[in-house]
Amino acid sequence: MKSLAASVLASAPEPHIPGPADFNLPPIVGSGDWAITKVTILVVLSAVIAFALFYAMSRKAAVVPGRLQFVGEYAYGFVRNSIARDNIGSHDFMKFVPYLFTIFLFILVNNFYGIIPFVQFPTMSHIGYPTALALLTWLIYNVVGIAKHGFFGYLKHQTVPSGISGPILIILVPLEFFSNIIVRPFTLALRLFATMFAGHLLLALFSIGGAYLILHYSPAVIGVSAGVLSFIIGIAVSFLDMLIMFLQAYVFTLLSAMYIGQAIADEH
Amino acid sequence: MILTQVMAAEEGPGPLVPHVPEIILGFIVIAILYIGISKFIVPNFEKAYADRTAAIEGGIQNAEAKQAEADAKLAQLEEQLSQARHEASRIREEAREQGAAIVAEMRQQAQAESTRIVEHGKAQIEAERQAAVTSLRTEVGSLATGLAGRIVGESLDDDARSSRVVERFLADLEAGVH
Repeated sequence: MKSLAASVLASAPEPHIPGPADFNLPPIVGSGDWAITKVTILVVLSAVIAFALFYAMSRKAAVVPGRLQFVGEYAYGFVRNSIARDNIGSHDFMKFVPYLFTIFLFILVNNFYGIIPFVQFPTMSHIGYPTALALLTWLIYNVVGIAKHGFFGYLKHQTVPSGISGPILIILVPLEFFSNIIVRPFTLALRLFATMFAGHLLLALFSIGGAYLILHYSPAVIGVSAGVLSFIIGIAVSFLDMLIMFLQAYVFTLLSAMYIGQAIADEH
Repeated sequence: MILTQVMAAEEGPGPLVPHVPEIILGFIVIAILYIGISKFIVPNFEKAYADRTAAIEGGIQNAEAKQAEADAKLAQLEEQLSQARHEASRIREEAREQGAAIVAEMRQQAQAESTRIVEHGKAQIEAERQAAVTSLRTEVGSLATGLAGRIVGESLDDDARSSRVVERFLADLEAGVH
């Protein structure tokens, strides 16, 4: 790394190496933590996009769907049936479908910002938004669990595995409490944040690095060929990133549904 | 160089520390989107689902009703057909019986007629024979008496006597014959 930097420095301007600092976008209005940045606008816009798109798709609610409605129903049916109903159970799932569909669309739109030209910033790489989502899911599954089983009943439900008794519980109960109540929001938020963060970083690295190699590296032959290769890899990574963007939206929604389903399950 | 960049990146509170404004904005935006989705989008899709289910179920019910109607009609027709068949066979049976009865009656009538004709013939023959016998007896008597009177020259004009003689003769004759 050092030798590369040294050889580059000898002949060219200093390369910009993408890092966590690149995620702090300059404020458009205001300053400090409360400043309005591109990210702020994108997040607000994501709700508008998600609502407008699916309102247009669902507006007609025709018995025989058109092309648009079919696409909307496909996405809605995916969240409603494959995620919500299969994990929560056909008795209670309808209460949670709006929430699950909301977070699915919210995450999906915000993730796909990462590969839309000129937008090119996955807002979920700012950990505040995954944190908000994870906290909401955490609140919801604990609240509905407590509402169903009562406070201590719910604690027992979440921490005492069925069919186990005796001294082993001394170890198991804290472990289950830790994994089911404390760790879940962190893993939810971190998983989404980290994949988006890493994906964006990778794309930035390959594109900035490719541009730098082509423009400034000498000898130029090596620089250009390496730069082109870097771009090609960058494109491949973009496709991988698209898959991950969808998968993360799916996983977050799926896990939320599973946590809710577990919390209100009758017995283990 | 790289070190200073890393340090610059770490000037702020690092990427793992969530900014409170972002969490709050996240809550607000999600809440608004949630309201929009639960008020409009989910009911619309559910309505489409419900309408579709109703349409399909209605179609099935319709088809079932039509099927039942057709089944009933078919059963009715079959019933009518079997009734007609039954009727026809009954009529045929009746006709056959009637025919047989007519034939038997005819036969009986013919039998009776022939018997009657035979009887009649027999009676006529008997009567004629009787008549013949009677007239023969009378004629033979008078002839014989006439003949005998002439032969013996004895007056046999006394009818009572002559007829007594003839009767005796004939009785002897009959006794001899039998």
